[in-house]
Amino acid sequence: MVTINIDGKTVEVLEDTTILKAAEQAGVWIPTMCHSEYFEPYGVCRLCSVEVVRGKRSRIVTACNYPVRGGMTVHTNSEKVKWLRKIIMELMVSRWPNVKVVKEIAERLGVEKPRFASLERDEAENACILCGMCVNMCNDVVKAGVLGFAHSGIKREVVLPFDERSDQCIVCGACAHVCPTGHIKVVFEDYRGKKPEFTLGPKTPIYVPTLQAVPRVPVIDAESCIHFKTDGCENCAKVCEPNAIDYDMKDEIVEVDVGQILIATGFDLFDASAMAQYGYGRLDNVYSSLEFESILNSTGPTGGNIVMKNGKEPRAVGIIHCIGSRDINHHAYCSRVCCMYALKFAHLVRDRTKAAIYQFYIDMRAFGKGYEEFYTRLLDEGVTMIRGKAAEIVEGAWNENGDPSLKIRCEDTLIGKFREIPVDMVVLCNAMEPRKDSDTIRRLFSISKSPDGFFLERHPKLDPTSTATDGVYIAGCSQGPKDIPDTVAQASSASARILSLISKGEVEIEPVRAMVQDEFCSGCKICNNMCPYGAIEFVEEKKISHVNEALCKGCGTCVAACPSSAMTGHGFTDEQILAELDGLLI
Amino acid sequence: MAKPKLALYWAASCGGCEIAVLDIHEKILDVAAAFDIVFWPCAMDFKYHDVRAMEDKSIDLCLFNGSIRNSEGAEIAHMLRAKSKVLVAFGSCALEGGIPGLANLTTKEDICRVVYKDTPSTVTQNGGVYPQTHSKMKEGSIEIPELWETVKSLDQVIDVEYYVPGCPPQPEQIWAVIEHIISGKPLPPKGSILGATDKTCCDECPRDRKEKKIKQFFRPFEIQTDPNECLLDQGIVCMGPATRSGCGALCTKANVPCRGCYGPPPHVVDQGAKMVSALSSVIDAVEPEEIERILDQIADPMGTFYRFSLAHSILRRVEKA
Repeated sequence: MVTINIDGKTVEVLEDTTILKAAEQAGVWIPTMCHSEYFEPYGVCRLCSVEVVRGKRSRIVTACNYPVRGGMTVHTNSEKVKWLRKIIMELMVSRWPNVKVVKEIAERLGVEKPRFASLERDEAENACILCGMCVNMCNDVVKAGVLGFAHSGIKREVVLPFDERSDQCIVCGACAHVCPTGHIKVVFEDYRGKKPEFTLGPKTPIYVPTLQAVPRVPVIDAESCIHFKTDGCENCAKVCEPNAIDYDMKDEIVEVDVGQILIATGFDLFDASAMAQYGYGRLDNVYSSLEFESILNSTGPTGGNIVMKNGKEPRAVGIIHCIGSRDINHHAYCSRVCCMYALKFAHLVRDRTKAAIYQFYIDMRAFGKGYEEFYTRLLDEGVTMIRGKAAEIVEGAWNENGDPSLKIRCEDTLIGKFREIPVDMVVLCNAMEPRKDSDTIRRLFSISKSPDGFFLERHPKLDPTSTATDGVYIAGCSQGPKDIPDTVAQASSASARILSLISKGEVEIEPVRAMVQDEFCSGCKICNNMCPYGAIEFVEEKKISHVNEALCKGCGTCVAACPSSAMTGHGFTDEQILAELDGLLI
Repeated sequence: MAKPKLALYWAASCGGCEIAVLDIHEKILDVAAAFDIVFWPCAMDFKYHDVRAMEDKSIDLCLFNGSIRNSEGAEIAHMLRAKSKVLVAFGSCALEGGIPGLANLTTKEDICRVVYKDTPSTVTQNGGVYPQTHSKMKEGSIEIPELWETVKSLDQVIDVEYYVPGCPPQPEQIWAVIEHIISGKPLPPKGSILGATDKTCCDECPRDRKEKKIKQFFRPFEIQTDPNECLLDQGIVCMGPATRSGCGALCTKANVPCRGCYGPPPHVVDQGAKMVSALSSVIDAVEPEEIERILDQIADPMGTFYRFSLAHSILRRVEKA
């Protein structure tokens, strides 16, 4: 540690700290234009020039990259420094008179009218002031190395290689982020000039998946993280004090031996773009229920503020029920949870905005504990309920000030009239549907699905948590649409079933089982794929099949299929059945 | 001590089994040295009355090939049964009816009509005449054997000690059987199948097998098959899984599907039915029309699944006229 004196203030700092940082610690302002915490000091704007006195010698240095030495005295506001800064700012103001950051510093330094006239005067508010932050960011931090300077003197400019779009650019936006004037803009378009689809992803590439995540630790989205594209950045690792960031961690497949399995793979949201009349994916400000949930989330992309794409608060919000559910063209079933979350949406919109709220429902299914009361409360809150499924959503002008808005066309069946309701935002209550890969899961565990595609329980009333395969249980929306209380109840029941078998320690099984007579099996592999319970395995060493007796239910499918009759059913061998037939036929 | 006596006979057969006996090459000399051959119409000049004159149970070993489909075959079978100590049903025809057994898919009447009347190359006189068992001529009367309605396997006509499957039985297997008898070792229990194993053709087949899922059937000429992959996996109907092993998977090693000549494995009663049951279990389709379409791709199901075993199967034959 060394002690230095800045403008009469004494500070103790680590040796080799820059004067700029020491001044910051001492609470002394030094103007900068090209400096950023992200990369090494660049020292090109010279605005941070200060006067350093050591003994009898005094000299002008740049504070951003000059290391402190013991006993050093720094003047940040001496006449010499003031004179120097003034000239720098006069030159900048003469060239870029309308750039906000230049004007601010000039004002603070008392520069009003420059004495010079620039040959390259740029009147633009977002002119490039050649601070080089973007170039340093791109080269030192992002390590993409796309941006650079060309020419020299007053012709100096920031350019892309050969002035063309570069494949090396990963469109991270870091250059635009550090640009103090807003000269650099990131335009999201692919090589055909097409805009990418608007998505509500995580705000940053390193994020905590949800507030309820267990364990609650951040994860890195390798798709959007700069480090995985250029090996650069690593800003998160630099600031993480416990050094917990590990870029080499990989997804891994872990094999665990278990006796029972609870499948709770959840649901997929119905893709509302299949119903073109609602304009989802085509019209702005039409959201699916999960997207809207994300908007409502205080850690979500808008910080919980209900705003439209233009950042304004909506004047009216339409909430449309039964998108893809209770619809023979898509899913005939009722998705169960939508009525209640639609009411919750209405309540939160009412709570956070002044927007008018319209609910378009077929009929209100407030079936659970406390639900009907909530519905009644919502009616008192002034939510407009329109009984009738909205027919279509079209773009339409809201006459007040010409802002683009939406128009919901529907039939109000209670008054028997066709209506057009102007709104700014629409929330679609999409149906829950089975996961796209549920058939793969189903085959893996040899369980069935009901006609709607959700996993089939063993009995709809008496055994709603177990499946046709022993030891495999289902819970939550993988079995059918349900809300949180129902899911918790079903999952608890399944857990209890699992625990009861664990505490018992052993399982009783039926004696009727299929069995492979090893000496007659030649391993033709006809039986291996057909067992509805996945009980047949192939023993590679012996090149024959083997029946896992704990899984086999004795259905006999494999016995009938075995072309060499090596597979027999205990208690139902061919000899026994033929003997029975003999007995019957005589 | 006199050498043991050996008899060989062919009933309804193609003669392949006789050639298979000669396929043991120079070892045939060992057979001649070890046995006194007393009857072998294919190779040596013996008459039926020579055998008829022998004492009962005087022949030590009789290798009988061919199925029985006329009165002559049956007469000689009964005669050899009486004269032989050990009678072996030799080859697929004797074992289970073989290729001639496919005649059970039609009737004697239909066979005769096609052969003696309907074939374009046949000139019929007097509306066509079928062979008569008895015909009188001025030189005397002629008697020829009567064709039966149904082709039968040997054990459906007479009692048989052992069976040697194959169309024809493989020379090594034939030699193993003969050698066993020459060596004087104790004989296996009656009804045993000799010269074959208890597993199926797949056991000897070197091809890689996968879990079966069949979306389409092909006939061998329709696709270029992978020489290392299971033919059934590639959609070619191969009888290997429902056929007793012992041949060394000759056909599949030559890129040809197994025809099923070694007959059903030990516990299978009906080879064709078993194969149909197995194949229908691995059709990879859900819709009934799709399943129908896939099954329709199997050309000549009877000739494929019951090529050798029809006469000895549960089906046995079509309804008699």
